[in-house]
Amino acid sequence: MRGPANAAVTLVEYGDYECPHCGLAHPIVDMVQKHFAKHLNFVFRHFPLSQIHPNAEPAAESAEFAGAHDRFWEMHDEIFENQERLGLPLLFALAERLDLSVSGLRNALLSREYAPKVRADFLGGVRSGVNGTPTFFINGQRHDGSYEFDDLTTAIEMYLHAKAAR
Amino acid sequence: MSQILAAGTVAPDFKLRVTPDQWLSLSDLRGRPAILAFYPADWSPVCGDQMTLYNEILPEFRKQGAELLGISVDGAWCHEAFVKDRRLHFPLLADFHPKGEVARNYGAYREQDGVCERALFVVDRKRMIFWSYCSPIAVNPGADGILAALDRLSNDRKSDDGHPKSSNYAA
Repeated sequence: MRGPANAAVTLVEYGDYECPHCGLAHPIVDMVQKHFAKHLNFVFRHFPLSQIHPNAEPAAESAEFAGAHDRFWEMHDEIFENQERLGLPLLFALAERLDLSVSGLRNALLSREYAPKVRADFLGGVRSGVNGTPTFFINGQRHDGSYEFDDLTTAIEMYLHAKAAR
Repeated sequence: MSQILAAGTVAPDFKLRVTPDQWLSLSDLRGRPAILAFYPADWSPVCGDQMTLYNEILPEFRKQGAELLGISVDGAWCHEAFVKDRRLHFPLLADFHPKGEVARNYGAYREQDGVCERALFVVDRKRMIFWSYCSPIAVNPGADGILAALDRLSNDRKSDDGHPKSSNYAA
């Protein structure tokens, strides 16, 4: 979760670290968060499409490993920013860069320590109607528009105005 | 949008090519619920692709004992290449000749475009349609509706020894 818990609007993204569309959406989501600042809370949930993206699951588990050491968002940003080199060597290099234990990450991936968390995100997404990656939800409603800045901000503004009008 | 067959209707049987040399019919699945996913075309963009998504959710469908069948008007060779490329672990059926006949029987053919609708059917063990849904053609419907229908189907079965009494049929 990025942003205040009591923000007026919560934006949830179900994403896959190896999905090129998620990679494209990443800087846009950053801009959207800056645009709405304290009014927006952003949540990222894992939705790895493992059959077509073999690196997505280890990347998601690595982000959770970093999260267990309070470095989730740093790892999340680094993975997307280096998406074209995604693979185990990159994940270990990122762990090192973030001062996390590389052997700790290796063990966590081998023992699948964070797989249940990633699976829980995935299944929650399936039950909520995730229909590909990335899928965004704004205050619980699936956003069927594009992930372009204008589309996302317009949709979020509608929720902000609705809230203000109440 | 087409008027698709509703819950409580008998699911029309069919026999379609599943690979260049194999056929599959609905009655081959006797005793197992089926999910029929009609979709417009193979090779739509990867990450938002409905069949790729269902492939990942397959274990959840199988947990409920259901078989997933994808159906489009693409030919068996096209399906074969698509299945291989996307590593799909369920059959794609070719409603290829006569083109779209099965989709038409389910009310799920788009005459103006010559392709199937994005229409979903959950068919019970007795070949009755238990649930159906037609999505706008450009919107991938996801799998939440299918899973909710399968939940209700298995609850019906538990509570009533296989005689469906669900509100699904009442409408």
